Amino acid sequence: MRRLLLRTVFVLALPVLLLLAWWFASDGSTDVYWPPLRTILKTFPDVWTADRLRTDVFPSVLRLAAGYALAAAVGVGLGTLIGSSRRVRAVCEPVLEFLRAVPPPVLVPVIMLFAGIGDTMKIVVIASGCVWPVLLNTVEGVRAVDSVMLETARSYGITGVTRLRHLVLRSASPQIFAGLRQALSIGIILMVISEMFAASDGIGFTVVQFQRSFAIPDMWTGILVLGLLGFLLSVVFQLVERRVLGWYHGLRASTRRTP
Amino acid sequence: MLDVRGLKKVYEGSGRRVEAVRDLTFTVEAGELVCLVGPSGCGKTTLLKCMGGLLAPTAGDVLLEGRRVTGPPPGMAFVFQEYGRSLFPWMRVGENVELPLKQKNLSRSRRRELVADALRSVGLADAAGAYPWQLSGGMQQRVAIARALAYEPRVLLMDEPFAAVDAQTRADLEDLVRGLWRERGITILFVTHDIDEAVYLGERVVVLSASPTVVQEQLKVDLPDERDQLHTRVAPRFAELRTHVYEQIQAAKRGTPVVTVTKSDTPPLH
Repeated sequence: MRRLLLRTVFVLALPVLLLLAWWFASDGSTDVYWPPLRTILKTFPDVWTADRLRTDVFPSVLRLAAGYALAAAVGVGLGTLIGSSRRVRAVCEPVLEFLRAVPPPVLVPVIMLFAGIGDTMKIVVIASGCVWPVLLNTVEGVRAVDSVMLETARSYGITGVTRLRHLVLRSASPQIFAGLRQALSIGIILMVISEMFAASDGIGFTVVQFQRSFAIPDMWTGILVLGLLGFLLSVVFQLVERRVLGWYHGLRASTRRTP
Repeated sequence: MLDVRGLKKVYEGSGRRVEAVRDLTFTVEAGELVCLVGPSGCGKTTLLKCMGGLLAPTAGDVLLEGRRVTGPPPGMAFVFQEYGRSLFPWMRVGENVELPLKQKNLSRSRRRELVADALRSVGLADAAGAYPWQLSGGMQQRVAIARALAYEPRVLLMDEPFAAVDAQTRADLEDLVRGLWRERGITILFVTHDIDEAVYLGERVVVLSASPTVVQEQLKVDLPDERDQLHTRVAPRFAELRTHVYEQIQAAKRGTPVVTVTKSDTPPLH
């Protein structure tokens, strides 16, 4: 009980401190662009009503989920294919390095030409940025499957889908999750950016609208919402990761004890 | 049961040609426990991998029950030296033992039965729910042995399985292997670099030469079937046999050609 309390204190200490610093630093501010935190917080419930959550936050999250899921499926699928064969890797690697180096936001105008300005465009933009860390980490993870484990599987006739499901993907899962984690933050960024081009709803769109109409405190609340959304997604991600990679953390802890 | 005929394995890569195994011929009878012993680096693992269908030999054949081995045969199970890398750390012990059975079209209840039985016979009946990395090294190797047993092989290939565990655990595991062999009648081929272990475990010891490997000598171990760590290891006959094998290994290391072509299969008394 005491430990739990202590942990809660540790987790909350810095955010509370930062909020207090912001509160006092901005308290007497008369600058239009830098309103007091008091004003921002007072505006918050007026702006982010249930209605707004439905019309703006929900579509954003939905597009993020779709783009992220698409990227995860393509990244893991292609990554497994590339990681499994040296020849495929040799052919693909230079191209992948090139494509990865192109910053996804510059693709937005190009993608708009093909995918229009609707949800498809935004999902494709999010997926096109998220796919790289997933893909490259999966390639590395699949390549690094232990040779003794592969031989064990072979000697027991474990092949095909069973081998893929129970050996290759599980063995690569720590790297795959590292990629998915990076992809999550990239996804949030691209979600906002994609909504700044030719959009009619979404959190990014709302923030830009507020800024253009000089509703500065409202704009700040939008930024807070984005931060909270990122935090929430990261907590959910951690919960999933702890479940799926429980064995990995246990294994690491046990090898640390007996080097 | 298991015939190795004129086996040769040459590794070729980046301009280097390594002849790991030159010419090996020997037979393992059904139900026999044969130990392969040889100086370190003599290609024991290469030989075993060729026999298990994990490596293709450069020349020669491996025959299991008269049929040529071209890939891992279903009637054969492998126990590796590196137990920590052979068990899957993301699966619990029970799942590790069960996984190979899923390829065998067995019913769920039959699989459960085999897993429970195998774990019981290696003394790990309560460990099914643990992860391998929660167990000690010796226990992990027991799990690997249980996985092999549950697979119901006719031949069990063991590649220096106890090289990485401590001496006391090793003695226990040696007795476990002998016990399982007598109980289940599996044919076992046991590779080791430890001469005492080879003599203690085997019904027959095949001594290999240094690389490029040939059979230096084959030797029948005429110790009683009932063996135990305390008495067998101090028996005069045990000492004679181990001395003999030791001399052969030393000769093999020096590269002395085989002097005694043993027809009788028993070494001269000292």
